[in-house]
Amino acid sequence: MKRIVPIILASLLTSVLFATGPVKLLNVSYDPTRELYQDFNAAFAKYWKAKTGVDVEINQSHGGSGAQSRSVIDGLQADVVTLGLAYDIDAIAEKAKILPTDWQTRLPNNSTPYTSTIVFLVRKGNPKHIKEWSDAVRDGVAVITPNPKTSGGARWSYLAAWGYALRHDNNDDAKARAFVTHLYKNVPVLDSGARGSTATFAQRGLGDVLLSWENEAHLALKEFGADKFEIVYPSESILAEPPVAVVDKIAAKHGTTEVAKAYLNYLYTDEGQEIAARNFYRPRNEKVTAKYAASFPKLTLFTIDQVFGGWQKAQAKHFGDGGVFDQIYQAK
Amino acid sequence: MQLHFKRPGILPGFWPAYCYSVLYLTLIVLIPLSAVFLKTATAGWTKIWHTISSPRVVAAYEVSFGASLAAALASVVIGFVIAWALERYEFPGKSIVDALVDIPFALPTAVAGISLTSLYAPSGWLGRYLEPLGIKVAFAPLGITVALVFIGLPFVVRSVQPVLEDADHEVEEAASSLGAGRWQVFWRVLFPAFRPALLTGFALAFARGLGEYGSVVFISGNLPMKTEIAPLLIIAKLEEYDYAGAAAIATAMLVASFLMLLLINIVQGRSRRFMETKLS
Repeated sequence: MKRIVPIILASLLTSVLFATGPVKLLNVSYDPTRELYQDFNAAFAKYWKAKTGVDVEINQSHGGSGAQSRSVIDGLQADVVTLGLAYDIDAIAEKAKILPTDWQTRLPNNSTPYTSTIVFLVRKGNPKHIKEWSDAVRDGVAVITPNPKTSGGARWSYLAAWGYALRHDNNDDAKARAFVTHLYKNVPVLDSGARGSTATFAQRGLGDVLLSWENEAHLALKEFGADKFEIVYPSESILAEPPVAVVDKIAAKHGTTEVAKAYLNYLYTDEGQEIAARNFYRPRNEKVTAKYAASFPKLTLFTIDQVFGGWQKAQAKHFGDGGVFDQIYQAK
Repeated sequence: MQLHFKRPGILPGFWPAYCYSVLYLTLIVLIPLSAVFLKTATAGWTKIWHTISSPRVVAAYEVSFGASLAAALASVVIGFVIAWALERYEFPGKSIVDALVDIPFALPTAVAGISLTSLYAPSGWLGRYLEPLGIKVAFAPLGITVALVFIGLPFVVRSVQPVLEDADHEVEEAASSLGAGRWQVFWRVLFPAFRPALLTGFALAFARGLGEYGSVVFISGNLPMKTEIAPLLIIAKLEEYDYAGAAAIATAMLVASFLMLLLINIVQGRSRRFMETKLS
């Protein structure tokens, strides 16, 4: 026994000093991308092995986008982050200073290789005839959406409704506010996250319409059966851009900068785009978009920069302490 | 000033035990708690006051304290009955019931929250019968209380059980033979003996309820001003990267719960001393 201990210690030491074996990459992501990155990681590992002969092992961490961002700020060793909104990567850049604040200009398309949007999931046959945002604010329609204070997806839903109202009522801020106030009057339950809301709508049978990520809506159809629900596309919605970035300082420390960059770039290749499309994320690449056109009905998509002047402004005005969302609920 | 330590006669190991207790409390309790206070202090008084006095936060405190109080009271009544049944009667499956009491300790609270929600939601097994009666459990304050009773019950049962076990039958018999009715025996002889244990159980269930997050967020519906609990607002503040604001809400809760627990401890001490003087 006594003789074994030093051997174990020595081997531990060498394995720490001369890290052999596969290169390890930690991708810190948000909740709905679980299935997407499972597929993508396998494809990338194969590609990287073929290209460089090096094995790469990618570990995934999932959770609410904001919570994940805080973990990285507090020291979670993420080589790359793939989060739900740019605001959460901005926070890492600002507070932990481990990547530059202009990170979003480093990769094409605002560093968002795939996009998504907010759509409606309704019960089969659409008994309440919900076709448009204006139907969701009607009296007697129950709307399910998470709490924007705790869920990134819910913030996209809120902004989609606000943007729709602005564009249909001559950019009148007061009318948009009244519209969104009506919408939230129709919400009986505010779950803390997107998956919670999906469960409330699909399993507990609450509500007439679920404001959902497009990919979550497709997953719900797959999971609970297309005979129970259907997806309704409103005429307009918001272009949700979930961005990706290499965390410079952590990747440099791990010596993974090169593979981390290649990992994110691979998302933009034909294969990466196809994997995104198969997991119901809208690809950026036109060729792949054309191929999967059937999965992604056309609708007018406005961006947060166009309508709200970017995340920082939207966050401060709508979701900050005492912001519009707080006022909507305190006005009663 | 001289510090007085009460040393128990012959038992060795006083200093190691004492030092260990202080070290443990410092590392595990005091340092993290003082970090909360320090973080709060970075905000400045105006911001702290603004945060903890905003209507949404005040409403959440009311929900949290109200539901925890109601749940702790309910747990005391139900818990006492369960403990009584387990200690006083023999029935088949008793050991299974006894083990079941502890389940809420072991179960991840999120599981408890999700199953209670499925049961009490308007489409759930129980909810569908309560809904026509106008009783709304899930997504209403009542649901929060139900979840907290589930979480708090074992604390009461396990605090009261040993006392019930130790209670001498002779005392009851003596009381009866002196002409006390059954109700009198229970109320004037037995109950005062259980009171300190019931208070302990109440305090534990109440404190546990205040901090509970996992089970409540599923069943409460999280509607601002109505069913949002204070811990949820702490998470909401963190989501805004407002660490100081989150710490401020936590500090206000800590101070309030500390005062309440202190009060309960004082009452409990009185009640115990009262018992001791009465018996001796």
